Formats: sequence, structure tokens, C-alpha cells
Amino acid sequence: MSMLSFLTRRIIYSAFVLLGLSMVIFIIARIMPGDPARMAVGARAPQWVVDRLREQMHLNQPLAVQYFYWLQDAVRGDFGLSLVTQRPVTSDIIEFFPASLELVLFSGLLAATGGIGLGVISARYKDTWIDNVVRIFSYAGIVTPSFVFAILFVLLFGWTLHWFPILGRLSEQTPVPPLHTGLITVDALLAGRFDIFLDALRHLILPALALAMGSIAQEARITRSSMADNLNKDYISSARALGVPERIVMGRFLLKPSLIPTISILGLDIASIFSIAFLVELIFNWPGLARYGMNAMLNKDLNAISAVILVLGAVFVIVNIIVDIIVAQLDPRIRLRAGRNS
Amino acid sequence: MAESSISDQRSLGGLTAQQIKQLERASRWKNWGRSWYKFSRNPLSVVGLVTVVVLILLAIFAPVVTPYPRHAGAFTDFAHAELPPNAHYIFGTDQIGRDILTRIIFGLRSSLLMGVLVLVIVVPPGVLLGLVSGYYQGTWIDTIIMRITDIFLAVPPLILALAVASVLAPNLWNGMLAVSLMWWPWYTRLVYGLASQLRNEYFVAAAEVNGASTWHILFREILPNTISPILTKMSLDVAWVIIIGSMLSFVGLGVQPPEPSLGTMVADGARYLPDQWWIATFPALAIVIVVLGFNLLGDGVRDMFASEGV
Repeated sequence: MSMLSFLTRRIIYSAFVLLGLSMVIFIIARIMPGDPARMAVGARAPQWVVDRLREQMHLNQPLAVQYFYWLQDAVRGDFGLSLVTQRPVTSDIIEFFPASLELVLFSGLLAATGGIGLGVISARYKDTWIDNVVRIFSYAGIVTPSFVFAILFVLLFGWTLHWFPILGRLSEQTPVPPLHTGLITVDALLAGRFDIFLDALRHLILPALALAMGSIAQEARITRSSMADNLNKDYISSARALGVPERIVMGRFLLKPSLIPTISILGLDIASIFSIAFLVELIFNWPGLARYGMNAMLNKDLNAISAVILVLGAVFVIVNIIVDIIVAQLDPRIRLRAGRNS
Repeated sequence: MAESSISDQRSLGGLTAQQIKQLERASRWKNWGRSWYKFSRNPLSVVGLVTVVVLILLAIFAPVVTPYPRHAGAFTDFAHAELPPNAHYIFGTDQIGRDILTRIIFGLRSSLLMGVLVLVIVVPPGVLLGLVSGYYQGTWIDTIIMRITDIFLAVPPLILALAVASVLAPNLWNGMLAVSLMWWPWYTRLVYGLASQLRNEYFVAAAEVNGASTWHILFREILPNTISPILTKMSLDVAWVIIIGSMLSFVGLGVQPPEPSLGTMVADGARYLPDQWWIATFPALAIVIVVLGFNLLGDGVRDMFASEGV
């Protein structure tokens, strides 16, 4: 019950944040010099066409009224036509979103497992050469921009070693499985085609790894330091003194509380992975929402830009709520406090 | 008037105001000395500091220290195009014959300028909003400021910065503007957290009952106690801003050619991989070194302030 009211409050609050975000996006879209109606029909269209379109787009009315009309359409899922693809932005988003989602989820999985794994190893072998290697790796991961990793991976694993394909989601000769979720790996498994699954996975690995490098490094650092902090606490010493097996001390008593900071920033990581995807999808020609958004930005396609940012805003809000739930499950103090307040 | 009533009370222990000022100055120097000692105990911090100083000097004196200053602009020399690294061109030349080392050093200018200027633009308003909303925690002022902050924090700064940069004309200044517009909320939230705790401290209450002005409480009582976390965040943020700046120019929304910038050089050079590997590799390495330098320096600053309490 308490969890439910905590969630309700979070969701209502998130709706307000999204409303505010829509205002910010509307203002960004309107600060651009130039006439949106003229942009939509092109430079050669006669003036009366532009005038009629201005009327249709409510551009002659005050900004607040324009925002209201825009928001009304947006809530109904109508973001207008994309200037680049000449299709409704909404159907573009529905088409491109699953590819980005698959990439970001896989990348998040790599970040979580890789980062936590390295962090645990680093803490377990603290101040040995293993620890030092992991720490140098973390530093390199943090200071290297992801587009450099992307180029490096393409060059090393794609061109030189030929281990992985470097473009797209599937090889040309591989048939696309019947799409249910839009995530090709999942759809291939649903169709029982393990060969397609493997091919999709091989295409996923390089872009996902390029996206995840920074987060792996970050998570490894955080896990290491929080485990190192907790290792010195009294309850660990007393558990050891009571003869609890080391495996249980490390795995249950130490790891669980140490993961709370790591998981809290996993939400932020998903957000940053999504934003880096704007560059990495471009490099790997990954047909996802981020590449679509980046192309929209490079072509000043305002309808598409606004829609992509709003959709991503909604995604991050949902991710953060999920992270809150996981953290509350891991940390009884938060769960109990939420209960007491309500 | 409120200010003077507080400074009058400083004449304690039979010391004149003059003597107290001198003592304060001496102890401040001592603090600096102690901080430097802490900072310099980690050799990596010193490496970071030296790297950053060298990079800044290189950027400032770029026309003097580079072998071919003319290559920084729209220069072409097809006779020497696409040369691998050699004695004349240490890092080789690009597709139209310009010295890569020269262009990297000139490219440092926009990267460093971006890193520093964005923070100069962002920190004062961000900190001010955080101070005000933290001090007035629970009132409508707090509600308005922090809800607006939350909106900007809902989407990662890179995406919004890309969006703003894309609707403006692409150049260094608009790139800075775009990043700045998205960066202030992080400072507001940091200072908000600190200020909302500090407002309950006794020294703030003491200033309040002495009739100190709000201005005095915000800037003389609360602000000085938030300086070390702010400085720590700033020193770590420079590296982030430089990475974001290089990302903007990588996709063509930052510095425009022929003006050199590290991100653009990597993007251009990537098309000539793997055969002319030096065109993209050295600018990419330069970005890594710049970011590494600022990161080491930032870690050093954090450790320096770490045990000072707030």
C-alpha cells in the first residue's frame, strides 16, 4: 500500500516534469530564426500557400495559444510530418524506437554486469595488481569519448580482425524474423531461429560496447569504492567473527548494500547511454531513434526533434521510477521510510 | 548597517580590527599551504596540474610554438597531402596537406575555451538559484526554482545541447550557449542540497538574530561554506564539458571548418581510416590527454577538499 502511494506520487510528479519539458522543447523549436511554414513548403512555394499554412499551423496567434494547439496534438500522438522522411513523425518513431531500445538495453546490461563484475573483482583484490589494472581501465573508460571508442572498435574488431560486422542490425543474407517486439534478438528467439539470434547479437556487440564503455568504468569505480567502504564496517567483522562463510559474507552481506549506489546511478547511465547513442548510432549506421533524432537535428527537422526529445524524456522518467523501485527493494530503510510517511 | 554591526563584534580579545585582519590573512595563507601539501601528496594530481598548465600554455602561444601556424586556417598544399608522420610533420599531414600537430595545438584553443567559458557562464546563476531556493526551502520560491531545475534534469544535457545547437547557427559560441543552457541545473541542485542544510546551522541563526540582511546571510554566511564542493564539481566538470564540446564538433554542430577543432578533426579523419590512420588518431589522442589532465586535476582538487567537512 505504501509502495503504491509512493509510486502514485512519483508518477503524478513525473507527468508535471514532462509537461514542463514540453514547454522547454516548444520554446527551443520556436527560437529558431525563420518561418516554420516557409520551411515546411520550401523556398519556391508561392506566398499564398505559406499564408494559408501559417493560418493552419496557428502561427498568427500568440505563442501561448500556439503551445496549447501543439500540446493538444502531441498528447494525441500527432507531431506532424517529418521534413526529411515526409511521413508522420509518430510512425517514424514507432519504427525506429525498438532498434534503439534493443541497443540501449543490451548496452545497459553490459554496463551493469561488466561494471559490477569489475568493481567486485577490484574490491576483492584491493591494492593488488588486479585492482590496479581495473582502476587504470576505469580511468581510460572515463576520459575517452565514446565516439573514439566507436571508431576504435570499428577499426580493430571490424576491419582488422573481422570478428564482428560493423554496420546495421542484420547481415544482408539473414532474413528478418517476424516482428512482434521490434527487438530482433527477442523476435528471433520467439520465432525459434537461433541462427538469426546469433547474427543479431553479433551486430549488437560493437555498438553496445562502444556505448557502455563509459558506464562500465563509472560503475566499476562506484562499486569498488562502496564495497571498500562497507568492508570496514563492524557488521562485516562480526559476521566473520561468528564464523559465517566468506562466500556468504561477500555475496550476501557485503554485495547487496554495496550495490545500492551502483544501481541508483544505473538510471543516470541509461540516460547517458541514450544520449551517446546519438553519435554512436550514426557511426554504426544503426537504424534507431537516436540516429533518426540526430539526422533530424542536422536537417533542422523541428517536428521530429521535438517528438524525439519528448519520447526520450518519457523513457527516462519511466527508467528512473523503475530504478527507485529496485533501490527500495534492496534498501529496507527506504521502503520503511516511504511506508511511515504515507 | 547590518554588516557593520557584525564586524564591530569582531574586536574581541583586545585585538584591533587591523590585527584581526592580519591574523586572518596569515591563516588563509597557511590554509593554502596545507591544501597544496594535501594536493601534492598524490603524484597523479600533480601530473594532472602540469598537463593542464602545459596545454593552456600551448593553446595561448599556439602561433609561436607550432611549426606551421599558417596551416591552422584554410591552407592547402596538395604536394604534401596525406603524408604519414615524418621528421618534418611529426603527426603527418591531412588530406589537403596541413600539419596535424599544428592543427591539434590550435584546436586546443576552442576545447579549452569551451571548458572554461561554459563554467564561467553557468556557475554564477546556478549557484545563486541554489542558494536562494535552499535558504527559502519549503516556500513557493523553492518550489518554482527546483521544479524548473527538475525539468532540465529530466533529459541528459547532451541531447538538449545537441537540439539547441542544431536550431541555432552552428559555431563555437552557439555551442557554448547550448551547453550552458543545459548545465546550470546541476549546480543549482548541488548548492540547493548544501544550502538547505546550512540554513539550520547556528551561525546562520546567529546572523539572523543580529539582523543581518538576506544578502549577507546568502553570500557571507552560506556561500563560503559551499565553495569547496562547488570548486570540486567545477574541476571535474571541465573534462565533461570538453568531451561534450568535442561531440558537438564531431557531428558538425560546433566549430566550423576551416577553424581547427579536435572533434571535427576526428570526424574528418575517420573517413580515411585505416589507411591514413594518423589523421584521426592523433586528434583523438589529444582529446583523451586533455580530458585525462583535467580529470586528474579534478580528482586532486576533490581529495584536497575531502576531509574539510562540508
